[in-house]
Amino acid sequence: MLEIKCPYCGKRSQNEFSYGGDASVKRPQLEKEISDKEWDSFVYFRSNPRGKHSELWHHVAGCRQWFKVSRNTLTHEIFKTAKINEEL
Amino acid sequence: MQRYSIFSLIKNAFSNHQNWEVAWKDSEPKKEYDVVIVGGGGHGLATAYYLAKEHKITNVAILEKGWIGGGNVGRNTTILRSNYMWDPNGLFYEYGMKLWENLSQELNYNVMYSPRGIINLAHSDAQLNVYSRRGNSMRLNGIDAVMLGRDELKKMIPFADFSPSARFPIFGGLMQPRGGTARHDAVAWGYARQADSMGVDIIQHCEVTGFDVQNGKIQGVQTSRGNIKTKKVGLCVAGSTSLLAEKLNMKLPIESHVLQACVSEPVKPFLDHVVTFGAGHFYCSQSDKGEMVMGGDLDGYNSYAQRGNLPALQHVLSEGVAMFPNLSRLKMLRTWGGIMDMSMDGSPIIDKTHIDGVYLNCGWCYGGFKATPVSGWTFAYTIAQDQAHELNSKYKLNRFNTGHLIDEKGVGTKTWIG
Repeated sequence: MLEIKCPYCGKRSQNEFSYGGDASVKRPQLEKEISDKEWDSFVYFRSNPRGKHSELWHHVAGCRQWFKVSRNTLTHEIFKTAKINEEL
Repeated sequence: MQRYSIFSLIKNAFSNHQNWEVAWKDSEPKKEYDVVIVGGGGHGLATAYYLAKEHKITNVAILEKGWIGGGNVGRNTTILRSNYMWDPNGLFYEYGMKLWENLSQELNYNVMYSPRGIINLAHSDAQLNVYSRRGNSMRLNGIDAVMLGRDELKKMIPFADFSPSARFPIFGGLMQPRGGTARHDAVAWGYARQADSMGVDIIQHCEVTGFDVQNGKIQGVQTSRGNIKTKKVGLCVAGSTSLLAEKLNMKLPIESHVLQACVSEPVKPFLDHVVTFGAGHFYCSQSDKGEMVMGGDLDGYNSYAQRGNLPALQHVLSEGVAMFPNLSRLKMLRTWGGIMDMSMDGSPIIDKTHIDGVYLNCGWCYGGFKATPVSGWTFAYTIAQDQAHELNSKYKLNRFNTGHLIDEKGVGTKTWIG
């Protein structure tokens, strides 16, 4: 069982959270001309490391806020959590 | 190679089974190979076997960082089926079913193919409609499919919850009678034995640490047991695909997730078919030893740990109990996890890459085991001919750029959203 520290509510059990995937993905800017390749990589291509991974989680059965988690994908150690507008 | 038969069994019985030949050699790496297959799981072993058998390429090495059959081919729930709706999937997996049907004879190794039928339960009228559409699509592709009503199902799976208080009442189901199970370890060992007998080198405890690429062409691989020259490399490494692709400067539409499975204590015959729950993600069958073999959803976050976490298992088994209430009385014997290479549209990739001589076989999601023969067969063709066979021509890597996704269920890595 993971224990995840929600930046708003504190430590809670994994059951309250839902996973949102790679946090390093950036949506292309709307006012810019965007190539197909940029869109494809935004929609489908993900960093998938074994080790430290920045990811999004959703405190869906709690405060319902999205936030960032830095976690080890091999050991599941959680290094840090941060609000969505903060740096990890 | 010594052929297995009733006569070899009797002959060896006289010497207390002490004189059987080893089934395959634990080879040392040579300096150079025509083809190097990375990954000694089911797909890698099958690829090497079909390279030797169909394409007469026998100077082949299989590099396995652990031991053969120690990854996902030994960690699945052994289910075989081709009950897909879209043509690329239906035709591909159906070719695989035909290979399964004759595999024990072909490999001279009993893979215990058991066509016991796979039943997808429907819990609403709408779901029955969807299933009948899929069943019709299957039949148009020459795949066997039968719609079952509630009364027929009552006779076939009497222990399912047919009571008036069932949370998810059973309306009917879709069955593929030729679907079933096979003994997963035997598949790995059978392919290994035949590949070895045709000259393929199976090299265990040999991890690929890098690739030697010059002018866009592969020259060789660097391994924990030295450098090996080769002109062609095939990657069959399931959940580790992204890690090797990174060494080739490739980013893939793949996430690695852990999927758990479990078996119960053995009980008397209870379930004759493979049955899947329609109101969630749960599937089960009964092994020859009597254990209930069960699986379901991913844990739900990127993971390279080959073991899972309790919440996912609880979720999956609560679905199992909703379907078969008396499962709640069983004790669990073992649980384990494997690392799935989850592609973004839920369908596999068997293709060439932008590097000349590097071939990719990945994205199997939940369904790699049933594809073992056909994946090996088409991947061997792709490597030998340097082009995709018609069967895997839609499993392109660039379909995520061109928009030709094969979204069988409309779910990719975020399966819990579907």
